[in-house]
Amino acid sequence: MSEMNAVFLIGVVALVTILLRAAPFLLFGGSRELPPAVRYLGRVLPPAIMATLVVYCLKGVNFSVMPRGLAEPLAVAAVAALHLWKRNTLLSIAGGTVCYMLLVQWLLV
Amino acid sequence: MMRKTVRYAFYKSLPVLFGYIFLGIAFGISLQQAGFGPIWALACSLFIYAGSMQFVLVSFLSSGTSLPVAAAMTFLINGRHIFYGLSFVERFKKMGKYYLYMIFSLTDETYSVLCSVKPEEGVKEREAMFLISLLDHSYWVLGSVLGGVLGQVLPLDFTGIDFSMTALFVVIFLDQWKDFPSHIPALTGLASAVFFLALLGPDRFILPSLAVTVAALLGGKNRLEARVEGGIGQ
Repeated sequence: MSEMNAVFLIGVVALVTILLRAAPFLLFGGSRELPPAVRYLGRVLPPAIMATLVVYCLKGVNFSVMPRGLAEPLAVAAVAALHLWKRNTLLSIAGGTVCYMLLVQWLLV
Repeated sequence: MMRKTVRYAFYKSLPVLFGYIFLGIAFGISLQQAGFGPIWALACSLFIYAGSMQFVLVSFLSSGTSLPVAAAMTFLINGRHIFYGLSFVERFKKMGKYYLYMIFSLTDETYSVLCSVKPEEGVKEREAMFLISLLDHSYWVLGSVLGGVLGQVLPLDFTGIDFSMTALFVVIFLDQWKDFPSHIPALTGLASAVFFLALLGPDRFILPSLAVTVAALLGGKNRLEARVEGGIGQ
């Protein structure tokens, strides 16, 4: 891959990403009053999207490869347990990630 | 006043600092191994600023993918960003000179942190939101460049470090579950995602899943709206 091709590739990915991020603002961002349906979606979408993103993160889990397939459910359980216990965001993320790294590098190989 | 705002923004951005520095390092290392050093990592993270997409870009650069294919893949992988902006149309309108940057820098993680920003005594909300976005972006750029440099000198095993992204989403999901007046939106998103993951597989489920979630939530508007009244995006 030549450097010029790489620059074009990065440019295209950046451009499409910016257009996607700008789309809702180009469509609804003017002086027009926000439609009630959009206002309502702004309120109810965040929890729905967060649930979708959790599934998105776990989409690659493969239970047919054992015991490796247990790493994600175990680590997610560790995050949830830590968070329900201490409710400290950093601790939950750090603890869960260390747990996951131990599982995939040593324990469930 | 400003000091309290900066402290508030920094504290809010801390979970992202953790994830972005480590994920950024992982990205910088992979990019470096594909033959593109720290300068390239800097450019990607500055101008694209989309985590999972940048990992896919590394494979584009290694395999020499054509521009139309790259554009289509970006649309599919980052299409979910349309829905993030939708939740912030009203709040970003009030952001003044920060407006364009807020739109450009609305990543998964910044989105979820901004969702948790609530009015607080002595904190300027607009400045806090802008600082959170700027800090997140800086962490990502810093991690990526660091990775590009470290990739050349350190033989570290980073396997599994990307789980920090999953952990972040799980934590925010739990917080929203506890705070939100109704569990129906979260359960709708969850059910739709699991259904389409089973139906279409891991590479194509996210857009149909989100589309159906939006349609279902719109369908239930009359019954749900009364239960979730309040500010936008909180």
